Amino acid sequence: MAMAKRPRAFFDRRQMLAAFAALPVLSFARPAQAGERLGFGELYKSFGVLGLEFSDKVKQLSGREVTVKGFMAPPLKAEANFFVLTEIPMSLCPFCSSDADWPDNIIVVYLARKQTFVQYNAPIEAHGVLEYGSWVDPETGFVSQLRLREAGFNTV
Amino acid sequence: MRKLILALASATMLAGSANAATVYPLDRATILVGSPFDFKVEFDAVVKPEDVKVTVNGQDYEAVFGKKAEFVAEEKGKEDEVLGSALILRDLAIEQAGAYKVEVSAGSETKSVNWDVYETAAEPKAKNIIFLLGDGLSVAHRTGARIMSKGMTEGKANGRLAMDDVPPVAFIGTSSTHSIATDSANTMSAYMTGHKSRVNALGVYADRTPSSLDDPRVETIGEALRRTTKKSLGIVTTSEVEDATPAALVSHTRKRADKAEIVGMLLDVKPDALLGGGSAYFLGKDVPGSKRKDDKDYINEFKNAGYALATDKTELAAAAGSNQERLLGLFHTGNMDVTLDREFLKKGTVDKFPNQPGLVEMTKAALDKLSKNPEGFFLMVEGASIDKMSHPLDWDRTLFETIEFDKAVGAAREFAEKNPDTLIVITGDHTHGVAIIGTVDDDKPGTEMREKVGTYDNAGFPNYEDKDGDGYPDRVDVSRRLFLAANNGPDHYETFRPKLDGPFVPAIQNEKKEYVANEAYKDVPGAVLVEGNIPRDEDTGVHTIDDVVLQAVGPGSEGFRGYMEQSDVYRVLADAFALGAPKK
Repeated sequence: MAMAKRPRAFFDRRQMLAAFAALPVLSFARPAQAGERLGFGELYKSFGVLGLEFSDKVKQLSGREVTVKGFMAPPLKAEANFFVLTEIPMSLCPFCSSDADWPDNIIVVYLARKQTFVQYNAPIEAHGVLEYGSWVDPETGFVSQLRLREAGFNTV
Repeated sequence: MRKLILALASATMLAGSANAATVYPLDRATILVGSPFDFKVEFDAVVKPEDVKVTVNGQDYEAVFGKKAEFVAEEKGKEDEVLGSALILRDLAIEQAGAYKVEVSAGSETKSVNWDVYETAAEPKAKNIIFLLGDGLSVAHRTGARIMSKGMTEGKANGRLAMDDVPPVAFIGTSSTHSIATDSANTMSAYMTGHKSRVNALGVYADRTPSSLDDPRVETIGEALRRTTKKSLGIVTTSEVEDATPAALVSHTRKRADKAEIVGMLLDVKPDALLGGGSAYFLGKDVPGSKRKDDKDYINEFKNAGYALATDKTELAAAAGSNQERLLGLFHTGNMDVTLDREFLKKGTVDKFPNQPGLVEMTKAALDKLSKNPEGFFLMVEGASIDKMSHPLDWDRTLFETIEFDKAVGAAREFAEKNPDTLIVITGDHTHGVAIIGTVDDDKPGTEMREKVGTYDNAGFPNYEDKDGDGYPDRVDVSRRLFLAANNGPDHYETFRPKLDGPFVPAIQNEKKEYVANEAYKDVPGAVLVEGNIPRDEDTGVHTIDDVVLQAVGPGSEGFRGYMEQSDVYRVLADAFALGAPKK
């Protein structure tokens, strides 16, 4: 089996610091316990036909509060207690379309309390306790590999 | 008077539809003699079993079919509502060719359908069939591929595509059982079973019950080959192998999205070569990247069934030469990257899956494997992303996919030259609403891109170059390029340029679940907003209802002629292989 060992950083560290410096308001808007930032490019160490491998960063941050920037996919139903966070805005709706599929790298966000869903065309920052490994949502049967628990989000 | 007649006519029609039972297979079904299928009658009302009367050519059905159907007193809908009574007889096979009139009645409900049960030639005409399916392949695709790949001087093409020398022999009607419009599930299913069906359905007639796995089945070509021949079966695609088109050779489901189940159906029939993407549905749910909801490890199950496994180009080359009975090649967790990204721009997911083979390499590997069988083979080769790039209106990627598909046609024709007992069929499963308008010329004056579109005499000829002779233009972003436009789509920005950063994403959903133009393209210089003309809940350009062209060459190709329904194509394939030879 040939696994492509290609760790790829979505933002490099310097860019990220620059972004922080440029947007002081942003850090003010986030709760104090928002913890470390995790980029979509940092989720997996390798991609392969026979499976993906979680990055060391994901393993280290597991159980801790993290912040991830991404896009909210259209929810399964309005009253669902979770939504899917994607790297780029979804151009297809796997919940609606018969043959559309989710990308490999999604994060399922379980909200701590009800929050109004936002326009899917704009990026958000989700923060919550990171969890990895297979999980079947008991209500919907939706299977996820990465989750934020006790989560909230804000627009950026 | 005229009004009265109309009123009477509509009243009659209403009365008729309210009291008509539905019989599957539907009226005018064509059925391969000896092929197993499910017979089902759906009554609109709850009826008593003793009131149900079914005759076949005037005789009691049990005498003709040789089996008794199961009576279902009440079929239930999604909300547990009662839909009516039903009769179901599974795995029926009619061994005698001829016309069959099936008459059904219960209470006030009656229905009569006619079936044509056909036999084939006694002796096969062809040893091998290579069925090349350009998903969504429309006339504009091939014209564009020819101009882009070969060039044109003074109005004459500077070269010919491989498919240009295969005679066009039929126009194919692609409509489905419930709509003039269609999708890749029911269209390929019609080709591969001889029965038309409903959008999203594979190898079944779409019944009224909510379950997607209980619908009345018809035999697929994969099953027919296993039942009647010792031939090998090959499936090659650039999509997920469990996607609708490849699935149609083996599957029975009302819902093409049952991909986890379709992988199991592939294993049931065991294609001798199965190459494409879609490994996510082969992995148990605990493996990151899996899209299954159970723990089944189909990688292991296929290996246990005698499959050699290849996961990239290098392994494919090695596995093709292996002595293992069967070949499974999975080169991506999802759909494989398209040619423009894979070979040229390195965009899409090529960084994650850097060593994916192309359609031509997969086709050659499959031909090597399958041609070892002295009994012959059936190989289906799908250029899946002609469709997958036409949906998001990414015409440059679409044309590259068409060129790649044409190269696979070339590989098939090369094989047939050495093996003249091979029938080659080239066709699409449905069309897209795309046409070539002219060119876009960056050097025309001004900044407005719209004014740089050349039409009529002003279009001139594009300036693509193919200095390395690989059949693809060396650069896609030349200064005078083809301009293609769709006749339908969601709101989107027309940028008049190739999308060099990755496949085009024309529209995305807003909070009202409407697709709106993707703002990412708004600031491309000269971009114009194109307002959509289809419902706002549709994400991309849609399939069109236009006929598709079918081309064929080799023994048995004389069976294709004039206008044919998609389901009629199967009969010609079955005839070429004598799958329904008269019993001696």
